[in-house]
Amino acid sequence: MKPIRRQRLILIILMIAGIGTAVGFALKSFNDNLMYFFSTTDVDNGKAPKDALFRLGGMVVKGTVERPGDGLTVRFKLTDFSKEVTVEYTGILPDLFREGQGIVANGKLDARGVFVAEEVLAKHDENYMPPEVKASLKQELKNQ
Amino acid sequence: MKFIPDPIGRFCHRMASPPHFYALSGKLLPWLTGIFLILLACGLYGGLYLAPPDYQQGDSYRIIYIHVPSAWMSLFIYIVMAITGAIGLIWRIKLAEIVAISSASVGASFTFIALVTGSLWGKPMWGTWWVWDARLTSELILLFLYLGVIGLYNAIDDKRTASKAVAILALVGVVNIPIIHYSVEWWNTLHQGPTVTKMDKPSIHVSMLIPLLLMAIAFKFYYVIAMLQRARLELLQRERTAAWVKKLVSEPSNSSS
Amino acid sequence: MNLQEFLAMGGYAFYVWVSYGICFAVLLANIVLPVMQRKQLIRQLAEKQQRQQP
Repeated sequence: MKPIRRQRLILIILMIAGIGTAVGFALKSFNDNLMYFFSTTDVDNGKAPKDALFRLGGMVVKGTVERPGDGLTVRFKLTDFSKEVTVEYTGILPDLFREGQGIVANGKLDARGVFVAEEVLAKHDENYMPPEVKASLKQELKNQ
Repeated sequence: MKFIPDPIGRFCHRMASPPHFYALSGKLLPWLTGIFLILLACGLYGGLYLAPPDYQQGDSYRIIYIHVPSAWMSLFIYIVMAITGAIGLIWRIKLAEIVAISSASVGASFTFIALVTGSLWGKPMWGTWWVWDARLTSELILLFLYLGVIGLYNAIDDKRTASKAVAILALVGVVNIPIIHYSVEWWNTLHQGPTVTKMDKPSIHVSMLIPLLLMAIAFKFYYVIAMLQRARLELLQRERTAAWVKKLVSEPSNSSS
Repeated sequence: MNLQEFLAMGGYAFYVWVSYGICFAVLLANIVLPVMQRKQLIRQLAEKQQRQQP
């Protein structure tokens, strides 16, 4: 390689390394802001904001979904497999909302420590399979 | 210091000559288009008809067959654009500059498709068209990078200078690529984690995976076709005063085809 | 599975077909536009040449 070309190559590599490092540090310092939601453990530790809207993510605990009253209000527990938080929501739930499913809710904590959600989004997992395969997987799990 | 043996170097040099590239790409395009259409037909038939519905998402998951290949292509094309841009910067090869800028519009299209189809998938499944989570936001930044590259190129009249400016912008934007890819692992996002590129085994059933891979290969062919078409136009515009273009234009068979 | 069921996409027809529609419209435009522009350019250059050397 001719010296001038090598010089240009080194210059480009240095430029990318420099920008990469800068962006890396920037992302690291804004790490908390880049988190889309808080976990239920964060709420338990008091890390989540008080009297302000924030997003809470977790798995809907099986058997906790109930409808107090006859309206659209739903109450359920969310977990990250260590701490649980009760969530109340009035409105239409996304198609994927079901027990054992990951969701993200936007709302705030009230005085009782219940998370009152204004919006509920379903977070689907990265698994794709036909219903029959899911059924046979369940069967296998039972047999073990 | 020599990286490339002489015969290959000579071959590349001949390939990179504009008239040769123009003629060869013209011959290749019908074949590439044929292969693309066959792959596309197989992929669509498998994805829309043969593949079973998903156990959670029903038939809505079929958007995956255009969403995921488009998202892969948006990253892949950006990397190609940055590398060819760098080659243009270092070696001043005209053809590398043309491939870089011709890739930009195709990459922008794929990014746009990934964002729109993701939105149309998100509405019924997540319950929202759009959220500002790390994955979606970084993909949107990718679209702006592509549009920035195209805009910058068009804003500078001297195309050699424009190519240099565009290559630098593309190289700066490269840092966004790993951010998009790892965003779902580094931060909490609404977007789910990777399915196919997981280290262990893909968590998608094989009957759904095969059409996805077919579509991914089809889109790769599409990229080459669209990029070559754009490159042929770009080449003619840049070389409009060259002898080979004058000869090409004067042949009546070319003015109609 | 009949055609109607296929088109219904399990109730997600709107989302699925709009996605595919937009996708292929964009992909088609990306091929057609440069080809048309190139043909137009060749025509322009040919006309210019004919004017210069009749």
